[in-house]
Amino acid sequence: MPEAARPPSAFRGSLAAIVLARVAVGLVTLVVVSAIIFAITSLLPGDAAQAVLGQAATPEAVAALRAKYGLDQHAVLRYLSWLAGLATGDLGRSYTADLPVAELIAGRLPKSLLLAATTAAVSVPIALTIGIASAMWRGGLLDRALNLATLSMVAVPEFLVATIAVLVFAVKLGWLSALSNAQDIASPVQFLRAYAMPVLTLCFVIIAQMARMTRAAVIDQLSASYVEMAVLKGAAPTRVALRHALPNAIGPIANAVALSVSYLLGGVVIVEAIFSYPGIATLMVDAVTNRDMPIVQGCAMIFCAGYLLLVLVADLIAIAANPRLRHR
Amino acid sequence: MDDIRRPITLDPIDRQRLSEALGKGVSRRDALRMLAGLGLTASASGLLLPGDAIAQAPRRGGRVRAAGISMSASDTLDPAKGSHSTDYTRHNLFYSGLTQLDGALVPQLALAEEIHHEKAQSWTFTLRKGVRFHDGSPLTPADVVYSLNRHKNPATGSKVKTVAEQFAEVKAVGANQVLVRLATPNADLPVILAASHFLIVKDGTADFATANGTGPFTCKEFKPGVRTLAARFEGYWKPGRPYLDEVELIGIPDEPARVNALLAGDVQLALAINARSTARVKAAPGFAILETKSGLYTDLVMRQDKAPTNNPDFVLALKHLFDRDQIRSAVFRGFAVVANDQPLPPTHRYHLAGLPQRKLDLDKAKFHLKKSGFAGAPIPVVASAAAEGSIDMAVLLQQSAQKIGLGLTVNRVPGDGYWSNHWMKHALGFGNINPRPSADLLFTQFFKSDAPWNVSGWKNERFDQLLVAARAEADDAKRKAIYGDMQVMVHEQCGVGIPVFMSFVDGFSAKLKGLGSIPVGGFMGYMFAEHVWLDA
Repeated sequence: MPEAARPPSAFRGSLAAIVLARVAVGLVTLVVVSAIIFAITSLLPGDAAQAVLGQAATPEAVAALRAKYGLDQHAVLRYLSWLAGLATGDLGRSYTADLPVAELIAGRLPKSLLLAATTAAVSVPIALTIGIASAMWRGGLLDRALNLATLSMVAVPEFLVATIAVLVFAVKLGWLSALSNAQDIASPVQFLRAYAMPVLTLCFVIIAQMARMTRAAVIDQLSASYVEMAVLKGAAPTRVALRHALPNAIGPIANAVALSVSYLLGGVVIVEAIFSYPGIATLMVDAVTNRDMPIVQGCAMIFCAGYLLLVLVADLIAIAANPRLRHR
Repeated sequence: MDDIRRPITLDPIDRQRLSEALGKGVSRRDALRMLAGLGLTASASGLLLPGDAIAQAPRRGGRVRAAGISMSASDTLDPAKGSHSTDYTRHNLFYSGLTQLDGALVPQLALAEEIHHEKAQSWTFTLRKGVRFHDGSPLTPADVVYSLNRHKNPATGSKVKTVAEQFAEVKAVGANQVLVRLATPNADLPVILAASHFLIVKDGTADFATANGTGPFTCKEFKPGVRTLAARFEGYWKPGRPYLDEVELIGIPDEPARVNALLAGDVQLALAINARSTARVKAAPGFAILETKSGLYTDLVMRQDKAPTNNPDFVLALKHLFDRDQIRSAVFRGFAVVANDQPLPPTHRYHLAGLPQRKLDLDKAKFHLKKSGFAGAPIPVVASAAAEGSIDMAVLLQQSAQKIGLGLTVNRVPGDGYWSNHWMKHALGFGNINPRPSADLLFTQFFKSDAPWNVSGWKNERFDQLLVAARAEADDAKRKAIYGDMQVMVHEQCGVGIPVFMSFVDGFSAKLKGLGSIPVGGFMGYMFAEHVWLDA
């Protein structure tokens, strides 16, 4: 727990206090992040008016569009007015689409969340199983095989996995759809056809990471003296690992899972591009290219908030699994 | 006084295809079969068709999914704001214009039934009768007046505001005529009005959440950045058209993903296939390539206000250093035609065929380089992925320059922000110009002395005078002669080197019939939807 998150009051240590403190810190983090993003994107060459007009950017047309977008104001003023809007829940209006940012995000966020949730539902159980199994039989043939497999998976870039998967399953075999346009999904079979490949590709990326973290955390616990005690007591290896070591390893594992899952929200641009999946990562990349600052800021806020939320949940899980953390 | 009057029984593409075929001397039986294939009924052509020909008639029904190259939150249903191929395609689904271009870029009548002009300055458009919008309301002059005038309003954010500035007055005349009075004569008005930006919307439309046009399809669903779903409009003014029940338009920016989607059968038509991927598409059974030879070009810009490119001999030296055949075959894999440092492609009706072809000529290049007196340090050539093929072209240019002792360094810059930060800003750099249907638009936008995108900053008073003269000239032969002189001037003096014209290359499923080329762009000039049908 960070220092700032510890309130000095009497209910220090209670779950509610922890959550409240973390939310407060989270809000401050969001504001800082938004300022940093605003500053960095201002450094990009060109602005929304030039990006929109492209080859048609005559000086007068650019000036007219800048006035329309409010880009003729000073950057600090623009940032403050955006921040004031955010405080009232208004994410602003996109320059290029001329639609509320909230509406644009609302159209895509559910799709990103669905993809992330599906991937998490598939990858987390697999990763935990791999991690625990290789920790239990560390040094053995199984461990080495799993190690090799996970390392190879993480070493292969996702665009390669995705492209090969499309070539094999969509182009050659015709089993799956090359597009994951989630528009016409009515049956579980259609869902499977559309989601199998993106989920598979993303699993490749994150399973290895989570499995290796799990393995390390469990091994760390397995070498502790209380585990030695359990072994001497005569507990079976499975029981030692699952009942004695695992609860103590849940903290770091939950954090590893949270980090991987937060990647699924904003870091899946390549997968969205290859499968033409209309998610929020593409929205943000497009917005950066178009210099559409309100969208960039809105997406950044969502990614940042999602990340903070996941880490908070991971910490809460760690505390729930290990009562000692509550009384430290 | 001049009249353009033509009964529409065949649409422009069909007519062209038919006349080409007839010109090649097909048999009467083939011609009849072709007529049937073009969707003409026996009554329309006044001929009795043999039974087997009727069996090959276009089939109605089916759904086609087409993949463009872009899709973003800035997608729009407002024709005035159309900024890229997906927008143009979408607008042509839902709206019709007063005129429509054919395969030779000649304007044909569409919503206008008759066009009449006086000295190319005062134009009267008689509207086709019985045309209805998707909401059932009839097409009236008020709709046309509103659609044309809104471009001049800065608040519209029209992409063609500068073009529309020449409309001095647009007003309704009587019950079904519209008068357009131009500030200066322009015989190209019917070509200009065929652009997707000038498609006709309903009078007073300000909200473009959905589309209410007179086009072949109605808007069933439109989600910016996701997809456009169009359903056949039963009341479309072209009888029997369109053939398809539904068209879904999506964008797949990643080229390999677009090709894969085509080959996996997820889309039936894919825009802009990379020349390197064409072999893959051709090799796959049931797929084909549609090549549209066009006026698209990537040009070497030699600024006339910067040294050393302000020296005419230095410019000529560089123009002689392009190995055009190699650029055509190596950079574009044959999907290009050799160009001659002037912007009108061989397919254009005003192309000057007699202009001697400039070739790679090291001796001439050396001669001009020496004459220019340039003997400085290597100079940078700015190239970017934003200007298609420019990096490869720059490298080839560098290699030929080396042979005559001219040092060039290729300066690759990112595509992001290229047009605002690099284009026209360096002594030597590349640009890329999309085809314009009219010679006048092309010369006015990119070569006139005071044009904002006079890319090389080339100033020539005589050229400007010829431009105005050609614009007002309603006699086609005289116009062609003037444009010929202008091509010679650009070829010899302008600081723009145009090595090749690139083709638009699309991939499609062989089940899709009726595709042709309209050299404004791919996707049959972005108008495929009303022409194609799906074979059973």
